[in-house]
Amino acid sequence: MADNATASNADNQKLKLTHGDLVSTFWRAGFEQASWNYERMQNLGFEYIMAPAIKRLYPEKDDRIAAMKRHMEFFNTHPYMQPAITGVVLAMEEQRANGADIDDAAITSVKVGMMGPLAGVGDPIWWGTARPVLGSFAASLALSGSGLLGPIIFFVVWNALRLGFQWGTQQMGYRSGTDITSSIGGNLLQKLTEGASILGMFIMGVLVPRWTNMNFPMVISKIKTDGKVKITTLQDIFNQLLPGLMPLLLTFICIWLLRRKVNAIWIILGLFVVGILGYWSGILGL
Amino acid sequence: MSVITIILVLLIAFLAGMEGVLDQWQFHQPIVACTLVGIATGNIAAGVALGGSLQLITLGWMNVGAAIAPDAALASVVSAWLVCGPSHLSVHDGIAIAIPLAVAGQLLTILVRTIVVGLVHTADGAAAEGNIGKMERIHLTALSLQGLRIALPTGLFMLASATTVQAAMNSIPKVITNGLNIGGGMIVAVGYAMVINMMATNELWPWFFIGFALAAVSELNLIAMGIIGVCFALIYMQLTPKYNSNAAVEGGSGSGDSLEDELDRELEDL
Repeated sequence: MADNATASNADNQKLKLTHGDLVSTFWRAGFEQASWNYERMQNLGFEYIMAPAIKRLYPEKDDRIAAMKRHMEFFNTHPYMQPAITGVVLAMEEQRANGADIDDAAITSVKVGMMGPLAGVGDPIWWGTARPVLGSFAASLALSGSGLLGPIIFFVVWNALRLGFQWGTQQMGYRSGTDITSSIGGNLLQKLTEGASILGMFIMGVLVPRWTNMNFPMVISKIKTDGKVKITTLQDIFNQLLPGLMPLLLTFICIWLLRRKVNAIWIILGLFVVGILGYWSGILGL
Repeated sequence: MSVITIILVLLIAFLAGMEGVLDQWQFHQPIVACTLVGIATGNIAAGVALGGSLQLITLGWMNVGAAIAPDAALASVVSAWLVCGPSHLSVHDGIAIAIPLAVAGQLLTILVRTIVVGLVHTADGAAAEGNIGKMERIHLTALSLQGLRIALPTGLFMLASATTVQAAMNSIPKVITNGLNIGGGMIVAVGYAMVINMMATNELWPWFFIGFALAAVSELNLIAMGIIGVCFALIYMQLTPKYNSNAAVEGGSGSGDSLEDELDRELEDL
């Protein structure tokens, strides 16, 4: 499909991005955040990604300077959603270099218009769902003593998903040019986000009782029956109610604190203090 | 420790530092970084065990927008060196040390990201000259600063002798070390809370409690849970009226169909 589209366009275009340019752009996408800064965030990163295209499309020095300046403006999105934006911008720059009436404002507004919504989708899917799910799966393998299998699965699966997605969306963006915002903003993206969120929330529910280590060894009662001593600890009582009840409570306390804008590091340090006090008083144990 | 080991660990530290900002190959994630340090030091089992434990703690550490999360890179590399290297700390001690290291790494990346503002202004100059090569060099200089952010502190920890580190750990009273271990078992909850806060809506909470109830009382392992979760998501999509009303419209367009297949595949991969 890509070949058809490029072949039909080739007749009336003098300046054309080669397949090599697209591959080079894709490779550079992996370095987008290298110069992430507090002033304009990923601006230089985006410029770095666009460099092969700028070289190819703007041989004249003045045009080249104008293109470089235009891409030094503020930019920030999810690093894996950025290739979709790059693809669209590549198509726009290509048309502009061939005389189409596309001004700086049009290119900038496409970048700005796409970066927010795509970051809003990328953050919960990649950081919020895919990495915790894959990471906890790999960690469970690692902790169950299966050697290098867990780390290898994490590394290979993650990068295969990421690279495939980045190349696919860059090509999709390049092909559909300025129409992409409508195609990607439709029903499908919403479905994908919602499906991933259901899976993510379900797995989070699974992880809470499984991997939070809380033990209450404090002895509540000692009952002697037939010469045997039956010891009931606080933990036994909790387990009779529901195993994992205390980790669930702890998770909700953390959720509540985070929503009150308490810094996560303070909560973590606070839990260490709770651990020390709990061990000292005998309520909590290893 | 041989010279090759030291060079390898410093290289891993540099890689992790770069990935801590790039967030692409995931060399900064504990399960990768600790394992690599374990391989470099010939202590693979300890590296993998530490990496798995730290991975659970860092699940929710993500850079969203302009917010910088605690730094997994410095925490993973240095604590892996202390556990797998000549100091031979226990995995539990490694976890306890990782937290203050994550805070230090976070401060260091904030510092570098501020310094880069100056570099970007130099890049403005390169853009005004149309000098692409210079612009690229500035970009990659910023990247190497992020690499050094982890490699230099790691080097400092390597200079400290094993006996010094062990003596420092042994001088800590038992109530503190055991208390820290208990705290370490609980702090995964903070990671869960961060992930949940990001995703949770009223419609999604039932899925959380279904997962919780299934995990609390059954022996199903994570793969089985994953299958159940994917099926729930797919069944929900098929049944919910929200998408069914649009189904007829979607079916009409060819691209919609192929993208929908992609969605299914994506969900299966997860």
